[in-house]
Amino acid sequence: MAEISSRNRGLRLFARYLVLALVAVVFMFPLVFMVVSSFKPDGQLLADTSSFRAFLPVGDISLDNYRAAFERAPIGQFMFNSVMITMVTVTLSIGICSLAGFSFVFLDWSGRGVILSIVLATLIIPFETIAVPLLLVVSRLPWVGLDGVEWGWLNTYRVQIVPWIVDALTIFLFVQYFKDLPRELIEAARVEGASWLQVYARIVMPLSGPVLATAAILKSLKMYNEQYLWPLIVVQDEAHRPIMVGLGYFFQLNVAWGELMAYLTLISVPVLAFYLFMQRAFIASIASTGVKG
Amino acid sequence: MAHVKLTSVRKSFGSVEIIMGVDIEIDSGEFVVFVGPSGCGKSTLLRMIAGLEDITSGTIEIGGRVVNDLPPKDRSIAMVFQSYAIFPHMSVRENVGFGLTIKGVDKAEKEKKVLEAARILQMENLLDRRPSQLSGGQRQRVAIGRAIVRDPSVFLFDEPLSNLDAALRLDMRMEIGKLHQSLGASMIYVTHDQIEAMTLADRIVVLKDGQVMQTGTPMELFHNPDNLFVAGFIGAPRMNFFEVDAAPVGNGAYRIGAPDVAETVVTAKKPLPEGERAILGIRPQHLSLIDDAGAASADQGVLTGKVALVERLGTETIVNLSLPSGAVLIAALDGDNPVAMGSAVTLAYARTDAHLFAKE
Ligand SMILES: Nc1ncnc2c1ncn2[C@@H]1O[C@H](COP(=O)(O)OP(=O)(O)OP(=O)(O)O)[C@@H](O)[C@H]1O
Ligand SMILES: [Mg+2]
Repeated sequence: MAEISSRNRGLRLFARYLVLALVAVVFMFPLVFMVVSSFKPDGQLLADTSSFRAFLPVGDISLDNYRAAFERAPIGQFMFNSVMITMVTVTLSIGICSLAGFSFVFLDWSGRGVILSIVLATLIIPFETIAVPLLLVVSRLPWVGLDGVEWGWLNTYRVQIVPWIVDALTIFLFVQYFKDLPRELIEAARVEGASWLQVYARIVMPLSGPVLATAAILKSLKMYNEQYLWPLIVVQDEAHRPIMVGLGYFFQLNVAWGELMAYLTLISVPVLAFYLFMQRAFIASIASTGVKG
Repeated sequence: MAHVKLTSVRKSFGSVEIIMGVDIEIDSGEFVVFVGPSGCGKSTLLRMIAGLEDITSGTIEIGGRVVNDLPPKDRSIAMVFQSYAIFPHMSVRENVGFGLTIKGVDKAEKEKKVLEAARILQMENLLDRRPSQLSGGQRQRVAIGRAIVRDPSVFLFDEPLSNLDAALRLDMRMEIGKLHQSLGASMIYVTHDQIEAMTLADRIVVLKDGQVMQTGTPMELFHNPDNLFVAGFIGAPRMNFFEVDAAPVGNGAYRIGAPDVAETVVTAKKPLPEGERAILGIRPQHLSLIDDAGAASADQGVLTGKVALVERLGTETIVNLSLPSGAVLIAALDGDNPVAMGSAVTLAYARTDAHLFAKE
């Protein structure tokens, strides 16, 4: 009996790993294809797609695509732009959205329920519907810089950062998390003399590791991977372009497949690095908040 | 002069009134316990004094100042919560010193005060631990330590011992009593445990449904309860109650009679409403065994019943009697009492020890 059940257990474990391995492979295929193809000339790359050779680094392997990609587009500049925009936006977003969430949950002001509902309602508005009005707004906003006041935010970093700082999803994440913090901790801090800002900085933030990780990850991926339409509209100037707009450089009359794959491989590096760096926090945060990106 | 003074304090959550006009005066250095059944508004009242809950109407004064609109930190209070509410991301030292850190007290001064509090609470060896490495009793000490370093003039405790096991609760109860004596600060302590209330309090405030039922020293409440609720709430085992006919015989005295109670005359504290039935209350401790009804003296009342259960606790013997009507009577007799299960016994009580209340 015991033998059978232990063999059953072994079998089940085997089946489980088999399924996991299959899923992993399915997810890996596109990545492997991308990396492998980036080393192949276009002719061979296209020919290989009809066989499993598409996933093998065989044939005429070289770094030519990378060299050409760098000549075609200022990749370093694009990546710097995207990383910079992402880091600044995420930092500001977390600071401001967590303060907003704090206010919604802990401060007692009339109308906060209604306002929170309105904020959350914006979740269902697709960006495309507000892109044009937003463009009209940002094209006329003033900015006080080192050389006085200037008008219009087009072709800048700030136009790619400021509109994205506050978002309903991030606020919502913080609101949900803060609601579950033990209320007596906050009250104890208040009785001990902490101001609301001190409660935020000394009690609530230090206890918010999981939600900070979740918010940072979701927001970073969004800012790095999905900034396409908006920068396309508001940034004509190459110096401020992010990576996704850079994709267009490879879709000219003839698509340069090999170079495109090289470009994609390069811009994936920061994401992978970020993921490896955050892996633990990432898994912990998904497990603890039940939110998936 | 009253140190903490509540005048017609009311509190509503939405349309539900939870505190219905409470007046309480607490003297400087007094240990006052709020006691009452679950949901009667004890915590709400305490939190209103702390400033964590605003007041719908009425005034609260602390140290002669109306504090209605002051935030908690300006009320010179410290609070110990039922869940301890110690900060999980800080060491014990940081927890205890938190209020001082916020105030900007300098390092050396803060360390001195934290050590002093740790010494008083015998937790010097715990200062570098994290809350997760502490037992319930130790956490409670940290919470109390955090309260005492700031040297508040009023301590507020909300059921601080209810999460501890029985033995620890006893220890901590005595420590809080000692702490009160050594600090000399006013303390307001919420509990629904009447033993905690009796042992700790200088004065007890009995609450029910958001109203004060009676305020007095533990012994006043025990000997002279104003109403049925207080009579039933204070004292263990609970007071025995009998519904009786009461006929006035003058001077606040009534001739009472009931199936289970031999006819006698008892004085009521407050005049009873005309013609209604009344409730006679006799504490288990006030009953004693006599040979038979004839042995009772003139100032004693008499009951008879059959012994249904005997619990020998050593110092006393708790006896459950079943009375002729089927009702159960509890008597607390002396420890070495030879009373046997199933035997018929006669119990006597001093008529002055009996309480007579209007039926509610
Ligand atoms: N924030 C609130 N909103 C609405 N009702 C509340 C709120 N806080 C407390 N109440 C209600 O007020 C009443 C008194 O609550 P309170 O916590 O003061 O009782 P308590 O005497 O401390 O009880 P316990 O012994 O169970 O702690 C309860 O009926 C409770 O449901
Ligand atoms: Mg309570």
